[in-house]
Amino acid sequence: MSAPSTAAMNGHWGRWAGYGAILAAALIVPLVFPAFQTQMAFLWLMIVFALTWDVMGGQMGYNSFGNILFLGVGMYVCAVVQVGLHVDVAAYNASMGASALDLTMGQYLTGLGLGLAAGAVAAVACAVVLGAGVLLLLIAVIVIAVAVGLCNWLGLPPVLGVAAGLGAAVFMALRVPALRAHGLLSLRGHYFAIGTLGLGIAAGEVASGWQFIGAGSGMVTPLYPGELGGREQFFNAAAFVLAVATFFALRRLYAGRFGLAVNAIRDDEQKAEAMGLPTTRYKTVAWSVAAVFMGIAGGLVGNIVGFIDPRDVAFAGATYGVWMVLMAILGGKGTIWGPVLGAAVFHITQELFWTYLLGWQRVALGLLIVLIVVFFPQGLLGWVRARWPERFGHRVDSRAAEEAEG
Amino acid sequence: MSALLDVRAVGKAFGGVVANRGISVQVEEGEIVGLIGPNGSGKTTLFNSIVGHHPIDEGEIYFDNGRIDKLGVPEIARLGLLRTFQQTRIYGGMTCVQNMLISAPQQGLGVAAMLAPHTRAEEERAGELLDFVGLYEKRHLIAGDLSFGQQKLLEFSMALMNGPRLLLLDEPTAGINPTLINGLMDRLQRANAEFGITLLVIEHNMRVIMNLAQRIYCLAHGELLAEGAPSEIREDRRVIDAYLGAT
Repeated sequence: MSAPSTAAMNGHWGRWAGYGAILAAALIVPLVFPAFQTQMAFLWLMIVFALTWDVMGGQMGYNSFGNILFLGVGMYVCAVVQVGLHVDVAAYNASMGASALDLTMGQYLTGLGLGLAAGAVAAVACAVVLGAGVLLLLIAVIVIAVAVGLCNWLGLPPVLGVAAGLGAAVFMALRVPALRAHGLLSLRGHYFAIGTLGLGIAAGEVASGWQFIGAGSGMVTPLYPGELGGREQFFNAAAFVLAVATFFALRRLYAGRFGLAVNAIRDDEQKAEAMGLPTTRYKTVAWSVAAVFMGIAGGLVGNIVGFIDPRDVAFAGATYGVWMVLMAILGGKGTIWGPVLGAAVFHITQELFWTYLLGWQRVALGLLIVLIVVFFPQGLLGWVRARWPERFGHRVDSRAAEEAEG
Repeated sequence: MSALLDVRAVGKAFGGVVANRGISVQVEEGEIVGLIGPNGSGKTTLFNSIVGHHPIDEGEIYFDNGRIDKLGVPEIARLGLLRTFQQTRIYGGMTCVQNMLISAPQQGLGVAAMLAPHTRAEEERAGELLDFVGLYEKRHLIAGDLSFGQQKLLEFSMALMNGPRLLLLDEPTAGINPTLINGLMDRLQRANAEFGITLLVIEHNMRVIMNLAQRIYCLAHGELLAEGAPSEIREDRRVIDAYLGAT
């Protein structure tokens, strides 16, 4: 009786100590080291990257290399909304943002809020379509094209054609279940990983060829209207709020049906199907959950960096795209604290290497990764869990055992 | 009123190997029916055909008067027709309680419900059923760390959690300690009597199946060899020659 409750108590205290330390860091660092605010903001964003990657990669066992897509989509959509509320986006980008927007604080915040929301919605739409309905998307595009063509021929406004085409596509989606199951999420294991690998690269190519969003020369985000230094403080706070919201939202989801369903899919997807679990729906929801937070994170990254390069900032598969996987594995995938820990260790060591080992920073980073993989293949937290399973609640209920004996 | 499960002249071949040929099996609501036969006689193939694991080549399968042989595995499972696996399959990385909770029926859940916590009733039911199979004190252990026999019991209780109308059990006593077999048989009978679950059981242990089943089908070389009460099957010349051997 006493042993489990002591362990639970320790876990309780440990958890609150962890929250306290993070909150203290979030509050103190900006005050004591104002120069590190952007680094801090990126730390919170890295935590979001690792946590959202872990929804699929860790908890569900689907290694996605395509989550960077949601970051880029969120980034561009947010910036387009922020600009488009005030001026013509194409003209703004054609002049490389030289027709600088002179916004009031109210206008800026409204634009940012709407932009972040739109980015999240767009990212979720990408997740659903790519995950569950690539075939459906193709059919919808063809139907809409035909309908618009017909409207032109009949002399009707093309909007009517788009509406009719969309209606027909939705109707088909609802009536023909076979169409719904043809997306990336019907791929399993390594096939899914490879299937998603091209997403970020393809999106980067599309973005760097699309004049409307600045093509290869990128897009400048609107200037923050507040006082000097206020921008860093504002976005550091925004990134912290996003990381906290992501953490608690995921923790709540993992504690319920969703968490168990994605774990079941990870452990044995065929068994889950044999038990009647709607696996495709859970997988689509899981990718959408990752997409929501990645989309919002994208909007923030675009505004923190201030300039959206299609390949190096938005669809940066070689940096953020790889790091999110590394950080989750480093900390221990399939746990809630693992990605947080992994992101913190990764980001801090990376910053230290860049400062003190300049020229050798990537070698040092590579060595660190090798060491972690060799000595902690389950990640830092995975190692802790294997050492002390009872601290994670995996123990024989001795009270029940005694009652059974007695 | 026709049978709960009605398998009509089902055939299935893998390339040139005919695994099932013209097999007809009927299981009435509330029955315990046995399926026996030598290794490779097509018992598991028949199970796979019934639950929609692979398409059948010929014949028809009806469950509760609805045709199911064109449906997929999850749809058939949601109708209330479940199976357990010969190579026991549980969710090895999760605790026993979690294995149970996610086995609760998921029919008609909207996205909001998919994201919601479990209900109190589901948690209580999970505890009751773990108690029923004798795994209650191990409920917080990782299921993959349990012994093989305990994993079989867990898989069985997961199936009960889903509340099926018909449960197909593929060798429930294989690999189980002989002293535990009586307990398992008792639980199978209670699941049938108390929870009203119809059972179709593949079994090699003759003592178990002769005591458990009310009717037995015997397969050999992919064809139905005999059907009847346990006493008839035991005396059947063809069954003895093909499977039981002279005693």
